[in-house]
Amino acid sequence: MKDVQETGTLERFSYDDGVVKKFTIATIVWAVVAFLVGIIIAMQLAYHPLNTGLPWFSFGRLRPLHTNAAIFAFAGNAIFAGIYYSLQRLCKARMFSDKISNFHFWGWQLIIVSAALTLPFGITQGKEYAELEWPIDIAIAVVWVAFGINMLMTVVQRRVKHIYVAIWFYIATFITVAVLHVVNALSMPFTMIKSYPIYAGVSDALVQWWYGHNAVAFFLTTPFLGLMYYFIPKAVNRPVYSYRLSVVHFWTIVFIYIWAGPHHLLNTSVPDWAQTVGMAFSVMLWIPSWGGMINGLMTIRGAWDKLRTEPIVKFFALAATFYGMSTFEGPLLSIKSVNELGHYTDWIIAHVHAGALGWNGFLAFGMIYYLVPKLWGTELYSKRLANVHFWTATLGIIIYVMAMYVSGITQGLMWREVDMAGKLAYPDFVQTVIRVVPLYWIRALGGVVYLAGTLVMVYNVYKTVKAAPATQTNETIDECVPYVRKPLFGQAGMKLSHRVLEGAPMLLAALVVVMIGIGSVISLAPMWMSSSVVEANYHDAMVKPYTPLQLAGRDLYVREGCYTCHSQMIRKTVGDVLRFGAPSTIEDSKYDRPFQWGSKRIGPDLAREGSKYPDLWHFRHMRNPQEVVNGSIMPSYGWMYKEKINFGLMSKKLSVMKSLGVPYGDEDVINAESWAREEAKKIADGLNAEGAQITEDREIIALIAYLQKLGTVQGVAGGAK
Amino acid sequence: MDIIWYLVPSALLIGAGFVAIFIWAVRNGQFEDLETPAVRILFEEKLNNEKEKQK
Repeated sequence: MKDVQETGTLERFSYDDGVVKKFTIATIVWAVVAFLVGIIIAMQLAYHPLNTGLPWFSFGRLRPLHTNAAIFAFAGNAIFAGIYYSLQRLCKARMFSDKISNFHFWGWQLIIVSAALTLPFGITQGKEYAELEWPIDIAIAVVWVAFGINMLMTVVQRRVKHIYVAIWFYIATFITVAVLHVVNALSMPFTMIKSYPIYAGVSDALVQWWYGHNAVAFFLTTPFLGLMYYFIPKAVNRPVYSYRLSVVHFWTIVFIYIWAGPHHLLNTSVPDWAQTVGMAFSVMLWIPSWGGMINGLMTIRGAWDKLRTEPIVKFFALAATFYGMSTFEGPLLSIKSVNELGHYTDWIIAHVHAGALGWNGFLAFGMIYYLVPKLWGTELYSKRLANVHFWTATLGIIIYVMAMYVSGITQGLMWREVDMAGKLAYPDFVQTVIRVVPLYWIRALGGVVYLAGTLVMVYNVYKTVKAAPATQTNETIDECVPYVRKPLFGQAGMKLSHRVLEGAPMLLAALVVVMIGIGSVISLAPMWMSSSVVEANYHDAMVKPYTPLQLAGRDLYVREGCYTCHSQMIRKTVGDVLRFGAPSTIEDSKYDRPFQWGSKRIGPDLAREGSKYPDLWHFRHMRNPQEVVNGSIMPSYGWMYKEKINFGLMSKKLSVMKSLGVPYGDEDVINAESWAREEAKKIADGLNAEGAQITEDREIIALIAYLQKLGTVQGVAGGAK
Repeated sequence: MDIIWYLVPSALLIGAGFVAIFIWAVRNGQFEDLETPAVRILFEEKLNNEKEKQK
């Protein structure tokens, strides 16, 4: 570039490869863990006795562990490995600080370990992909900002003026995830390990899926697109098909993605206009996504022969293909009428796994095969084994997604099928469960095949590293002629204008801080205002907050991860209304912190479960679901009959809720414990009169109290049946 | 539902932030040359390659 002024002095410098090595190994380790937990929970769905009756091994508690491990541990470490490798080379600069790099690496691993030590023990916020409790949330924010500073400062210190398109994707990732995480995680703690979100019901749902969808967009999409724009050209040694298109791809993606969140809430009690906005932007996303997909694939033009010989190129080509497939399916599922069929079914599971296993997984695998020989200064141990991995993993994905597509569409059709009289063709929900159980076996098989491929990679990488030269440098030397930087702040002659403060990315860093600040303040505002908003609501006369016992039961519902299988949202669709009762309203979940609308119906919806069955039914059902519902795949919750309700914490809970704007009186807070004991005794007495043997202080009593309250907010008990 | 009145401006703010960055990038001349950057990333780690050749 002629117009870039260069200093004329050749500088020699080194890249930090040590941190890249660490992140690469972490990626491989967590991949195995995430896939293994995935297989376990897939088997639990196929064969419910595998829940084993141990509380920390039941599906509801392990499923969040699987999703968190896959997204934040496997994909997260892959992102960091790729960014730390490519950013240094694209900027012609070493990472800003080795100390921050190390802090980032160990901090992130510590967060993952703390997730593994809390989620199985029921310490959860009950919001999908944001389950981690408040102390871990704070740690995530700190480590994430450290990563951002390290990255932005490296960009500031770059020796090449042009910021390559991949870096744009990395920066957008950092900014957006920071804002989303902070806003969604805002909550009011009441113990060291438990908190209530500051948002309730519909608000919580909107914030959560604003976060949730953008977790997909800015954690699993933009960083991987950045990696794609670096590693595909490098792997085939050809420039990206159209650099212009990649720039257009970036800017359109970041502008449109942020609006797509409400497509997770179609046909719910969220106002129609918000749903339509989400739907429209989701459909628009199809265009830039496919532009990017084509750009990635066409980069291989002129090197197609490498598809036959190079496993790395195979992985990348299929990753881009899966990206195209998922981003076609996403907008399709965001169309209201398609969503009516697909939502809550296994179709969504097929969709996310095509994305996670195909796009994220294959891009990460290709990257690992590219990086390991380079980092350890050797050749890959076996290209043949890499090929075996490729074909095994491909087969695994196909088995997996095919089973889930068939299952999902079967569920969607069976749930809404009506006979000539206009009645449900399959009135018992369990009929639709039994039908898809064989497909759950096939899905588990797909997972096993995919993991087998991964283990081949582990072996291949192990042998490669073992064969590497004994003396490892962890440094790569490079040199270039830096461009002349213009100081951003102050005059060139001033002391202030030393390299750290130079270069426009400082402006960017400042903007980031300002934006996060504004975002946080704006999102905190409703907390201060909520009491007045709640009291002004005219429905208040009808809406009663949870009693302390019901609240305790609700917290147990969250602890056990019931939302991973049961929704609490009757959509405005014929199938839903016929099956579960009147559509859910905004008032129904008004005091729900967190909201528990769910995203999946492995079991039936519970929004109007209250009063549908007698207490004794729930009592028997929770202990042994198969005794009450023939063919059910629900785990038994035997421990809830032994563990005791924490009555001592109730006043504290109520006072926190009160401070969040729930209209409890002062006396309610003070007398919470005795109020709860009284209610518990009534339920226990009723149960014992019918032959159950239970004392009033057991957790199951609180859970029954909660289940019997569901959907009775406006006095509409038991739905419309 | 009131949250929408905070979410929409928040989303707009993030969008505005990206517009600001975009305007900066254009003025900075980041997008004046859309040909060479794509090729330039392929010429990296010259020294290492030389080392490998020497082996």
